[in-house]
Amino acid sequence: MSIDMAQFHQVFFEESFEGLDIMESGLLNMDPGTVDDEEINSIFRAAHSIKGGSGTFGFNDISSFTHIMETLLDEMRDGRRPVTPEAVDALLRSVDVLRDMLAATSDDGEVDEERVQEQKAELEQILNGKPGEVATDVGAADAAAQPVGGVEVRPIGWHIVFRPLPHMLRTGNDPLRIIRELAELGDLKSAGDISALPALSNYEPEDSYLSWDLHLHGDVEKQAIDDIFDWVEDDCELIIMPLLPEGEPEVAMVSAAAVPAVSEPEVPVVQAAPPPVERRSKKDRRSSKDRRTNNRRQSGGSSGGGSIRVEISKIDALINMVGELVITQSMLSMLGEDFEMDRLERLNDGLAQLERHTRELQESVMQVRMLPISFTFSRFPRLVHDLSSKLGKKIELKMTGESTEVDKTVIEKIGDPLVHLVRNSLDHGIEMPEERLAAGKPETGTINLSASHKGGNIVIEIRDDGQGLNRDKIEEKAIEKGIIDEDHNLSDQQIYELIFAAGFSTADVVSDVSGRGVGMDVVRKNINELGGGIEIESDPGKGSAIIIRLPLTLAILDGQTVTVADETYIVPLVSIIESIQVKTDQINRVAGKGETFKLRDEFLPILRLHELFGIENPKASSLEEGLLVVVEGDGRHCGLFVDDLLGQQQVVIKSLEANYQRVDGISGATILGDGSVALILDIPGLLRLAAETGADSAAKLTA
Amino acid sequence: MASILAVDDSASMRQMVSFTLKGAGFDVVEAVDGVDALSKAKGQSFNLVITDVNMPNMDGISLIKELRGLPAFKFTPLLMLTTESGNDKKQQGKMAGATGWIVKPFNPDQLLATVKKVLG
Repeated sequence: MSIDMAQFHQVFFEESFEGLDIMESGLLNMDPGTVDDEEINSIFRAAHSIKGGSGTFGFNDISSFTHIMETLLDEMRDGRRPVTPEAVDALLRSVDVLRDMLAATSDDGEVDEERVQEQKAELEQILNGKPGEVATDVGAADAAAQPVGGVEVRPIGWHIVFRPLPHMLRTGNDPLRIIRELAELGDLKSAGDISALPALSNYEPEDSYLSWDLHLHGDVEKQAIDDIFDWVEDDCELIIMPLLPEGEPEVAMVSAAAVPAVSEPEVPVVQAAPPPVERRSKKDRRSSKDRRTNNRRQSGGSSGGGSIRVEISKIDALINMVGELVITQSMLSMLGEDFEMDRLERLNDGLAQLERHTRELQESVMQVRMLPISFTFSRFPRLVHDLSSKLGKKIELKMTGESTEVDKTVIEKIGDPLVHLVRNSLDHGIEMPEERLAAGKPETGTINLSASHKGGNIVIEIRDDGQGLNRDKIEEKAIEKGIIDEDHNLSDQQIYELIFAAGFSTADVVSDVSGRGVGMDVVRKNINELGGGIEIESDPGKGSAIIIRLPLTLAILDGQTVTVADETYIVPLVSIIESIQVKTDQINRVAGKGETFKLRDEFLPILRLHELFGIENPKASSLEEGLLVVVEGDGRHCGLFVDDLLGQQQVVIKSLEANYQRVDGISGATILGDGSVALILDIPGLLRLAAETGADSAAKLTA
Repeated sequence: MASILAVDDSASMRQMVSFTLKGAGFDVVEAVDGVDALSKAKGQSFNLVITDVNMPNMDGISLIKELRGLPAFKFTPLLMLTTESGNDKKQQGKMAGATGWIVKPFNPDQLLATVKKVLG
């Protein structure tokens, strides 16, 4: 039977990457000197699973590398080896190497063979004091597995005396099975011995009393016979003697419960195709390149095709909900078969039930895409550990709300922006230990990373107790870069927000840690793409915080439908502050800057949606006739001028990019109840668009 | 139709074992660790149990000990999947009541050969 092992590769890679994360966080939690049993056990188990899986699925390089890690971990687990910071660091580096090896194998990429060998050598150094021994150990065991018995004359068969001990049946082993297997090796003649059978009164039905005298004729290796008896070695008395051609003396090779000294070392029971991993020896390493190409071929086709692991309880909820829906459906169709007006109430009840179940089903389906944010957070302990030692700072990372569930797409896309923000906190926020002491703060700085649900949003916060943002430096830089004028009139908060401006970086020296070209503007862009927003708080000398707000799900949105002429648009409810009708005296027209209106001592720009989108014949052309929807995006407010508000509803977001093309100011589309298509407005994008075309529209207005 | 309980915390190994055995016509029930396996074994009888050794919650050796104590599993073949090349785990397994072992890494053919051996 041939089975395509490649079908299991995807799952193997996924669980191996998870295993690596477990190992990494476990290692970071480990205090040198002391050993937390549960911690090290879970690290060991993860390594063990990766080794077992990679061996089974034919990734021998990975298997042999993990073998060394596993050996080291095993010794630590048993307390035979102290847990030193050096060993933990070496294991952490090995986790990185292993992750690269797995990624390369999974994506058909290149493995940095040199790095692998270096890391291997380091581990072996720790393990043995001198490199190379682990690998040879395995090789030596294999060499020793060859039959070593001093039989020079080939026997013509074997004489086997097999006497099961009384308890053998209770180990699940069946003497008949063993005899049947022997019969497959050659010509078997057996003679049963019932002399040990007790009198019926003493007979224990669960004990075995029979024994056998077996003659196996044929060219059979002793190894094959040993393999058959491998499992029952300690559960029987066993004598195996070669049957020699006429004239040769018979030499007894005894192996029994009383004399367990079998001369050969332990050998794997399955010998049909010796697993290659067991054969790896020093000289084999040279051919590792070939093996690599081999691995790559085997893993072909398993990359991509993103999958998701879903808790069974979520699936059950889904199935339950579908069941409810089916019941409601059959109830409604029964009602419809012979409908009369007096049953109208029941029809309405049924429809209400249908609506409720549909909504619950929708929520359940959404849940399937939700993953705990710990998938993203888990990389930070390592990042902070590595960077703080590199920068010579003392930093403690605290994480809360790791179990907060967010959409899978958010998990995938929020990682890089968060890394950037945490790096910023490490690099710019937290001061050097001596500076902190001088400022009367504890030597160790703290970075708080938290996630929580707040009113239909996910809020992620990165908060540090460092020096806060340097207002003057930001101002100076912004003027230097021409982002603001010298005679600006900006509040401190507005100054802080300048760090999100394109091409802004305050790092005096572009360090290895931050300031590598990806600025905060990119961070903000990424978060906007997820439909979220970013805010900044800073308290000079006390610390700063970045607050990211993200929608709960990316597939459904609470929207306000608005109309402009015959077109319907959806404004995301989260960005709406209020909707008002303006009076003439609230409106200001400023030459070159468009229209503004005054709302509670604040002047807000007005965006006429029909002008922006080039719609002719709006129902409301003067501001007093229509409505202004006050919206907020990226911390800026404006009034969106529309004809009318319709209602609020949940809409399913359809990608415009996938179905048509990207359109500025529009984040997607949806299909309304009547089957027509409505576009969903991208408020931050709209504000940017308005700023870009501001000059044109201003020209139009004054004309 | 012989039924087999396959226990492994690693999804890929569990899938491979299960897929191979189902392909050979066996009924296979999967369990993710010893605790899961034990509760499944209490609700249904099996002709064979194949279990990994290193697992969270309850390891394979404890599982074998527990199973062997159940009347329904007194004579049932209990095999462990092990990568431990040393005698240690095998001896511990035997002491707990294991029938035998399959040494990892193994391929589907080797697995089937061993299973057919114990199930006859």
